Amino acid sequence: MANKIYDEKYPVSYPMHGAGGKTGDWRLLTPRIDREKCSKCMLCWVYCPDAVIDRETLEIDYEYCKGCGICARECPRKAIVMIREEE
Amino acid sequence: MKTILDTGCHIVAQAAKSAKVDFVSAYPITPQTSVVEEIASMVQRGEIDCRFLPVEGEHSAMAACVAAAATGARTFTATSSQGLLYMHEVLHMASGCRFPIVMANVNRGVFAPWTIWVDHQDSLSQRDTGWLQYYCASLQEVFDTIIQAYKVAEQIKIPIMVNLDGFVLSHCVMAVQIPDQEIIDRFLPTVEPAWRFDPQNPTSYVSVTGPDLYEGFRTSLHQDQLKALDLMVQAAREYQELTGLYHGDLLDLYRCDDANTFVFAMGSMAEELKLSVDILREEGIKIGLIRLRVFRPFPKEAISKVLPEDATVVVLDRNFAFGHEGGILFSELKDALFTRRDNVRLLNQIMGIGGIDLTYQYMAEQVKNLLGL
Amino acid sequence: MATSIKDLPRDEVVMKGHGACAGCPSTLALRIAGKAFGPNAVCVMTPSCTVASLGLIPKAAYDYPILNVCFATAGSSASGIVYAYESLYKKGKLTGEMPTVFTWIGDGGTYDIGLQAISAAAERNDNYIFICYNNEAYSNTGVQRSGATPKFAATTTTPQGKMEDKKNMPLLMLDHQIPYLATASLAYPTDFYDKLVKAKNTRGFKYIEVFAPCCTGWKFPSSDMIRISRMAVTSGAWLLYEAENGKIKFNGPTAKIMEGKVELSPLEDYFSCQGRFASINRAANKEEIIAEAKNKILADIEFMKKRAAF
Ligand SMILES: Cc1ncc(C[n+]2csc(CCOP(=O)(O)OP(=O)(O)O)c2C)c(N)n1
Ligand code: SF4
Ligand code: SF4
Ligand SMILES: [Mg+2]
Repeated sequence: MANKIYDEKYPVSYPMHGAGGKTGDWRLLTPRIDREKCSKCMLCWVYCPDAVIDRETLEIDYEYCKGCGICARECPRKAIVMIREEE
Repeated sequence: MKTILDTGCHIVAQAAKSAKVDFVSAYPITPQTSVVEEIASMVQRGEIDCRFLPVEGEHSAMAACVAAAATGARTFTATSSQGLLYMHEVLHMASGCRFPIVMANVNRGVFAPWTIWVDHQDSLSQRDTGWLQYYCASLQEVFDTIIQAYKVAEQIKIPIMVNLDGFVLSHCVMAVQIPDQEIIDRFLPTVEPAWRFDPQNPTSYVSVTGPDLYEGFRTSLHQDQLKALDLMVQAAREYQELTGLYHGDLLDLYRCDDANTFVFAMGSMAEELKLSVDILREEGIKIGLIRLRVFRPFPKEAISKVLPEDATVVVLDRNFAFGHEGGILFSELKDALFTRRDNVRLLNQIMGIGGIDLTYQYMAEQVKNLLGL
Repeated sequence: MATSIKDLPRDEVVMKGHGACAGCPSTLALRIAGKAFGPNAVCVMTPSCTVASLGLIPKAAYDYPILNVCFATAGSSASGIVYAYESLYKKGKLTGEMPTVFTWIGDGGTYDIGLQAISAAAERNDNYIFICYNNEAYSNTGVQRSGATPKFAATTTTPQGKMEDKKNMPLLMLDHQIPYLATASLAYPTDFYDKLVKAKNTRGFKYIEVFAPCCTGWKFPSSDMIRISRMAVTSGAWLLYEAENGKIKFNGPTAKIMEGKVELSPLEDYFSCQGRFASINRAANKEEIIAEAKNKILADIEFMKKRAAF
């Protein structure tokens, strides 16, 4: 990952997290994983369109999770629930 | 240096070969067709070490050239008339990408109605695509200009169109001197592209741009176009030093030194106009010829320097500026001289549209008429 | 051996915080493609949701070298890259392993405006992978109809529902006699992955079309994206198959459907969970419409069975 400044002449863009902003702010509902129920089948990891579920720990990066709810919907153990965050 | 005798289309192919292009993609259209055929057969015969992509249309040909340039390849294409118009969207892309593609355009009038003969409507309609434009008057100049175009395009990172008149140049046979390959190689070193696909350091190119940066990219394209003037002069001079071949810097001036009257034109008709100038000189008119080699960027200062304050300029246009008085060269020149508050007088005539033959006698007559003589 | 989820490579080409809608099928598909192709790959994209989601210069959401190109030029742009690479590698101007060249194109850029150049590249058998993510509309410009929009689906240019059937683009490509073709579904990510890997290891023109249910355009909750992907396959609305050198092989649930081992799941269910088919539910002749749509699916299945028996 390069973190160069932009070039004035050539319209180049550099891969980085947050290219579309802090997309966690878009979230209406938040996924929470219940570790007791989770069987580590990795379905949530593979189906996440935002690549925010960690491959090893299944931890969700809430800075970027958009709350689409696919992980919760697809979890065969119902180990993920979508909750309304209270802050 | 060797001399070969061949047609304009074949000389174009020869120039691509001498420039050692890596990639060519093109689609046939009269009168450019034999450029494509010749390059395809050169590749098949192994005379040129390059890949030829036979696409299904010119929009694809230019798209393929742009994408090929993004690998770092030296790319070439050729087209004419409808083919050039069909490329229009991708021409803008090529210049916005800052890729140094060189294209030969064989000038031909545009549809409708159909014509296959020369005028300059096709390339002049691409004026604002961000491409640099040369216009040639002989086959030697076609060859030399294509080589020079690579030099300039790769230095300034802007694509260049080299124009030659349909049939008059593309199908006529002339003797052309081909410099030794090592001289051309020395003239054309390899240059890093503005951007290239690099899986080790992946970046995206020309994606969506906010108003904060878009104008900056467009402005730098514009500024660099203007800077190309100097590079074009340098290229012409350096090429002359290496080969002895020279056709003028930005302009080809003929009998201008003591002139107060000038004809202003470009392409093959301008070569013919040298004979018209000779006739008019014999009649006592102090006339000279300004042949425009470079239309984009417009060599405003170079032209202005030639013209004394009481100059009369007869502009001969092989095109229309529809809905505006006169032709496109006339508008451009008026615009270029606007800040000169002196007595320069401009006259204009449109001629030679759709292949009407322009003999030196005819043009001499027309110039005299315009001058009221 | 089919790859299992746990075997999928860790490479992530999709960066966190890209600009696509929550639940976007295109980015999920690209994520899987990144795993299949690895880092040594280059990509062209045409104007589409994927390009919009890439973010504004100087930021990029996808970790590949990507050239944005004109809408109609996916086919010819990728050919240009391949030919230029072949030239540069032959001359020794580039060394090492030649990157995988692929396109990432919506159904608009594939079925409609891009068709001519794609057809030409397939006919030349140019060595790259053409990937179409089919969200059955021009989603980026606000969900207008495309040649891939199915009959009865509402779009902003077919507000009452489209009157015509979609074209069969995969079959059209198959008849270009290309060495590899596959259809895929995001509900079956490892099947999609295996097909991408197969394409990567095949020389010549490869065409892969992945079905991409777009919650925004099709009007369903984002959480249903995978569920709808699955229902499309089990109802027969989307057939999963691949063809190596023209020989068709059905995959996953489609294989079972073709063998007559499973019944089609109810098409009503597939329609009723998508807002774009809402007019069917409201229609007086609802039964008739669903029967027509079902018959079309059955006819397609029969046709494909015969086509595969060649
Ligand atoms: C020549 C041209 N015409 C029209 C457009 C406007 N346009 C941009 S994206 C798009 C639709 C893209 O549809 P598709 O390829 O299906 O991708 P999606 O947005 O659905 O992901 C259109 C019509 C354009 N960019 N270029
Ligand atoms: S809600 Fe969506 S974005 Fe968030 S972790 Fe689940 S699948 Fe990923
Ligand atoms: S409109 Fe559809 S395809 Fe486009 S970004 Fe949103 S979900 Fe993805
Ligand atoms: Mg689409």
